[in-house]
Amino acid sequence: MASYIFRRTLMAIPLLLGITILSFAIIKAAPGGPVSMLMDPTMKPSDREKFEEKYGLNDPVHVQYFKWLGNMVKGDFGNSLIKRGVPVSELIMNRLPNTLLLMVVSTLLAALIAIPFGIYSAMRPYSKLDYTVTVGSFLGIATPGFWFGLMLIMFFSVKFAWFPTGGVATLNAPFSIWDRIHHLILPAIVLATADMAALTRYTRSSMLDVLKQDYIRTALSKGFKEKKVVLKHGLRNGMIPIVTLFGLMLPSFIGGAAITEKIFAWPGIGSLFIDSAFQRDYPVIMALTVVSAIFVVIGNLLADILYAIFDPRIEY
Amino acid sequence: MSQSNVEISQEELQLNPHLKEKPDTLTRIFFRKFFKNKLAVIGSILLFIIIMAAVFAPLIAPYSYEQQNLIDKLKPPSSEYWLGTDRYGRDIFTRLLYGGRVSLLVGFGAVLGALIIGVSFGALAGYYGGIIDAILMRVVDIVISIPSFFLLITIVTIFKPSVGNLILIFALTSWTSTARLVRGEFLTLRSREFVLASKTIGTKSYKIIFSHILPNAMGPIIVSATLLIGGVILAEAALSYFGLGISPPTPTWGNMLQDAQNYTVMLTAPWYPFFPGLLILLTVLSFNFIGDGLRDALDPKSLD
Repeated sequence: MASYIFRRTLMAIPLLLGITILSFAIIKAAPGGPVSMLMDPTMKPSDREKFEEKYGLNDPVHVQYFKWLGNMVKGDFGNSLIKRGVPVSELIMNRLPNTLLLMVVSTLLAALIAIPFGIYSAMRPYSKLDYTVTVGSFLGIATPGFWFGLMLIMFFSVKFAWFPTGGVATLNAPFSIWDRIHHLILPAIVLATADMAALTRYTRSSMLDVLKQDYIRTALSKGFKEKKVVLKHGLRNGMIPIVTLFGLMLPSFIGGAAITEKIFAWPGIGSLFIDSAFQRDYPVIMALTVVSAIFVVIGNLLADILYAIFDPRIEY
Repeated sequence: MSQSNVEISQEELQLNPHLKEKPDTLTRIFFRKFFKNKLAVIGSILLFIIIMAAVFAPLIAPYSYEQQNLIDKLKPPSSEYWLGTDRYGRDIFTRLLYGGRVSLLVGFGAVLGALIIGVSFGALAGYYGGIIDAILMRVVDIVISIPSFFLLITIVTIFKPSVGNLILIFALTSWTSTARLVRGEFLTLRSREFVLASKTIGTKSYKIIFSHILPNAMGPIIVSATLLIGGVILAEAALSYFGLGISPPTPTWGNMLQDAQNYTVMLTAPWYPFFPGLLILLTVLSFNFIGDGLRDALDPKSLD
């Protein structure tokens, strides 16, 4: 087991290197490049040369890449171009807790609703409730998150004024748990919807497969209660593929979180990314692309390891 | 089917009453299974209407999409303006018809591009295996690890979005799932007898890949492509909503929503943000229903 974890972790390293090369290449392909933002257009050619020399722009591309990579490994992502002098890492660390809070809460919300519905659908396939759940999850997958958010804001924030339109807390108000929850409800619902839908579909199909197995029939024919068989014997095996699903869903989940954060003015790394993209704040864009990809790689790594722990049939 | 010359006796017919009927063709089985799925049929009809509306927008639209009537700002739906008017007094129904053009064009175009890239990658990796497979799939792993929405936004801010550029950008960011799927199909198919038979008679590799293995993998590819179109349309609308897609005055469902995201509009004209989103939802829903129907209809193992 330990050797599997070790090998699997080693495999992630070339992947991470590849991600940094790709992000670097994309920004390098940008016409004008990041530094044109810092340059004064009226600069004299001699000054321009000095400027390029100072920022290492005359170095060969691979030298520039390794310099950037070396700094990044040390946790130095450079400074923001827009907020002059503020280190990118500081910008990200300030906003990361908000994103994590939103993502954890909405994942829990999605799982708490989706898994029971998925199990019930699998227990009574083609029943009325199953059809309702299926159509509901199709709707959830097809609903544009930003539109759903907009509709919620329109009804519950603007029209009825039950919830705030955005932010994590009321400005200049003392900290209160209720205020934070109040701000969290709408964005968490929006972010949870799409994942809830996908999760329900997967839980249903995974449980359907498991409930067809002989050992379930044996247990039922021995006279065990259906509920006990499904929840105790079936669920254990039915949940194993879901672990992998969480890993696979992570990239789209992070993208969805960015959209949700932007609509609800939630100061997380997703809205930071979109704002930076608008302002062409390249160091922030590059850092966030790499950081989010690292999250995905770690997420998949954890999913694979958990899978190996949960499923004793896997040989490593 | 050629008419059989063999005489069928009365007794044989009594034993098997279906003997004189023509056997089912693959196409007929496909259509029978597909039409049995109610949601898939509903999806097909809806999508047909949406595509026709977008294609024939100039003929159907009662107004021009740029025509402003500043006196008729934010009018509610009426017989004059079927779905009301926007902040500049433009007819929302007209703009919705035209808005579908960008979404559908980008959706179909990008998925076609993604299929070309994804199928080539997956086919090469799955067919040759070994070191080629390892290298190609690591590339897929890298691209898949970067959240595609981040990748999209980064590229869109660098290259000015036009319909052509958007198609290219979406194709470049959404081919990975197809590549993985095709590779998996090729891995199982390449060891089958018919491939071995082709190899022993000296068929060229590209011919085995494209005319022998690929047709057998077409089912899952079509299904995933259908679902992918829905995903691309959603992402295009999101980009456009953030002002990173096709810019006004050309209407897209996304930039109409961006225009409608305004405190006064939401209070006085809630129908304005409602309709573009509803159309995105219906379009994506149709693609997903159709994809689900195709999955059952194209799977030879699924029951009739």
